[in-house]
Amino acid sequence: MELTLWTYEGPPHVGAMRIASSMKDIHYVLHAPQGDTYADLLFTMIERRGQRPPVTYTTFQARDLGGDTAELVKKNIKEAVDRFKPKTLLVGESCTAELIQDQPGALAKGMGFDMPIVNLELPAYSKKENWGASETFYQLTRTLLKEKVSSSEKISPLRWKELGRRPKVNILGPSLLGFRCRDDVIEIQRILSEQGIDTNVVAPLGASPEDIERLIDAEVNICLYQEIAEASCEWLKRNFGMEYTNTIPIGIKNTIEFINEVHNKLDLPLINKEELEHKSKLPWYSKSVDSNYLTGKRVFIFGDGTHAIAAAKIAKEELGFEVVGLGTYSREMARQVRATAKDLNVEALITNNYLEVEDAMKKAAPELVLGTQMERHSAKRLGIPCSVISTPMHVQDVPARYSPQMGWEGANVIFDDWVHPLMMGLEEHLIDMFKHDFEFVDGHQSHLGHTATQTKDFLNSDEKKEKNSKEGIIWTESGRAELTKVPFFVRGKVKTNTEKYAILRGIPEISDETLYDAKAYFS
Amino acid sequence: MSKVEFNKETGPREVFCGLTSIVWLHRRMPDAFFLVVGSRTCAHLIQSAAGVMIFAEPRFGTAILEEKDLAGLADAHEELDRVVNDLIARRPEIKTLFLVGSCPSEVIKLDLATVAEKLNKRFFGQVRFVNYSGSGIETTFTQGEDGALKALIPLMESSNEEKLLLVGTLANNVEDRFKKIFRNLGISNIESFPPRQSTELPKIGKNTKVLLTQPYLSDTVRDLKHRGCEIISAPFPLGIEGSTKWFLAAARAFNISELKVHEIISPLINRSKLALESHKEILKGKRLFLLPESQLEISLARFLHNECEMDLIEVGTPYLNKDLMKEEINLLPDNTKIVEGQHVEKQLDRVRESNPDLVVCGMGLANPLEAEGISTKWSIEMVFSPIHGIDQAADLAGLFSKPLRRNQILTSKTLVTH
Repeated sequence: MELTLWTYEGPPHVGAMRIASSMKDIHYVLHAPQGDTYADLLFTMIERRGQRPPVTYTTFQARDLGGDTAELVKKNIKEAVDRFKPKTLLVGESCTAELIQDQPGALAKGMGFDMPIVNLELPAYSKKENWGASETFYQLTRTLLKEKVSSSEKISPLRWKELGRRPKVNILGPSLLGFRCRDDVIEIQRILSEQGIDTNVVAPLGASPEDIERLIDAEVNICLYQEIAEASCEWLKRNFGMEYTNTIPIGIKNTIEFINEVHNKLDLPLINKEELEHKSKLPWYSKSVDSNYLTGKRVFIFGDGTHAIAAAKIAKEELGFEVVGLGTYSREMARQVRATAKDLNVEALITNNYLEVEDAMKKAAPELVLGTQMERHSAKRLGIPCSVISTPMHVQDVPARYSPQMGWEGANVIFDDWVHPLMMGLEEHLIDMFKHDFEFVDGHQSHLGHTATQTKDFLNSDEKKEKNSKEGIIWTESGRAELTKVPFFVRGKVKTNTEKYAILRGIPEISDETLYDAKAYFS
Repeated sequence: MSKVEFNKETGPREVFCGLTSIVWLHRRMPDAFFLVVGSRTCAHLIQSAAGVMIFAEPRFGTAILEEKDLAGLADAHEELDRVVNDLIARRPEIKTLFLVGSCPSEVIKLDLATVAEKLNKRFFGQVRFVNYSGSGIETTFTQGEDGALKALIPLMESSNEEKLLLVGTLANNVEDRFKKIFRNLGISNIESFPPRQSTELPKIGKNTKVLLTQPYLSDTVRDLKHRGCEIISAPFPLGIEGSTKWFLAAARAFNISELKVHEIISPLINRSKLALESHKEILKGKRLFLLPESQLEISLARFLHNECEMDLIEVGTPYLNKDLMKEEINLLPDNTKIVEGQHVEKQLDRVRESNPDLVVCGMGLANPLEAEGISTKWSIEMVFSPIHGIDQAADLAGLFSKPLRRNQILTSKTLVTH
């Protein structure tokens, strides 16, 4: 049993719903009690979808449990097939139905339908949403393509040459409730097309079962989100020999590397190598003298595996930040995140507990947080600027404007989204600096609310009541006065360091001189 | 009883389960914690239904069952013990801990009553434990509050003191208004259930006169009757008519003259009628379809027809207690079609066929209906907004007129292009 106050991921059947709702001509019969219908609002409210998810819930009740719940399942399957006429049927159960073991998938297969039926077994008590999405997409791909396995020869990535046409690839992984997937797909298709590569199928987002059957018309698969598509890509490789890409094209370096990887796999010469650097404004914006102040900014990163790893690379190599924390809630990608963290000399945080993330954030004392909507809230409490880089989805993560994370435009979006909160941070500094000038109007509001600029509170609140810090160290007048002169965004760090130094040296009272001693000691 | 048409429907439903009521219950009693014993789905449901991110550590959570908890119930009880210990160590300010059963905990027959009993002994004098089920296999949405309140009744001491007991969660400001009006009527001993602090439970007995503020409390009412309480029969205090009759019923129970009631509430009624006018203008003659969810549907239909002159196409309700709803049903126009239960697909077919001007429905259905050109109002808003009482009648009407007014604005052409 695990005490959970808030969770980054839903249960695995919500992952299955993401796949079903992303696609066309599919229906999902979910053996589940009535409360589970809440999941519809994830799509209709958060994604603002104008269609209901293609899901029929059996909504069994306590009184049904004594009777024949299997009959209820069959009745719902029949009604759903008659009404929605799907070309492929997904059948599964949520956590409660898993316990009563009606085996809805097997029941559906015994009902004599001609359409393909995918029996989804998603263990609700050990797995989570992304795993459920990945497994569903994999099972669907396998069901729709397994008959072609034996008859098909291994697909060579060079086949396009023999066929005398442009190379074709599939873009796999984008789904509803995935971070900016809608726009990433457009951006990646545009880039591929410019390189002379055609997109065969995008799946699951917008694909039909027929499209899944056509996957093998392409030469190479683009694995755009490993959380969702890696299992399917691996199966397609094993059974059809289809190669797939590993580079996630988020950030300039990774986008260029991605293009290289695709070209290499297809053996397609890369003729516009020099142009690529100039496709996005990020490199120049980052190089321009105005961005000097970004150097060494302390950034804390937490999100799904794909976005957290990509963010670390951009932060470090493209914007010149210092990564002071890196973590993910995606256990499936823990290994990769740990490896990246090791390269950055930080310890990876793998957790589904947002309070642990908040604690780590506090300890790391960053100047910028890149996280999920939950980290945005935590950062707000701590008075730290934040930009959202990952699911879980919030209605704000589905902007009206074109706003990808991937490719050239994605890099532009990232530059703006990450740097603007920091510039606001600089404004905070200016507010702080000039607030003693007579022109300064008292009550000048900071966008961070009241947490960031209230120097007085910082010094007078709990600290003063408890006679300063819990170690019994006392801040003298001069020490306190000196601390107010430190810019607010490093003040927390300076305070902790000075106290640490005082404890180390057994200094009972912190004066202005102690502050400078500590500064010298730690520099 | 007016000649309304009763129908029952079964089939796939699209409603919240009783766990959802934790969203308002935990705010009503800030010294209580609601611990759902359930699955990741339960945790995800509550955080999604609450619709907001958590700004502080919340006073509700889920003890998520894992594979090993399913293997043996003894282990599950031990695990729950551990989680509760951790929780109490972390949140020492908690006075009452609700152990809330869910679909999976009910199916594996996890005995939360026994767990609560054991914990009550161990934490005696520090934290009280009560248990109830908010599972979707037994409860719909607001019925969760019914379960929570019923669970508190055994903790309420007996007293034969004469009092008026308002039963059902109200917004604090509305509760204050009601108490003031009752005091003006001459009823001085007024208490609320649930109280604002979980430890300040009212005492009850044969001179307790219960006035319901919410229509979804069947089980609570039954147990209060068993404790000797008198249940005042009245419509619910939604709109001017319902609230007036509600005050009158209470006054009768305390032998206060009707004249006195009118004297006190007439100014309120007059001012409220005035405020209602602009909304009525929009709502008048518009056709309304209510999908089942909160059990407030019948009272809302009564208000929107009788006071706002809307036409009722269909009034859905997840569950109908004809006895408790008697006074409300009597006020409905003849031939009102009430449908208890749901077959969501067939009901949506009827929505489309009847071409309504406004549909009251859950959040999962609202945008899809809007995309088809049908205006909607979320039913969940009724349980989060202060809508009770004469003073709130115009605000209540406003919840329904707003989507229609917005539609008018967005389809109008008022500014000339220069």
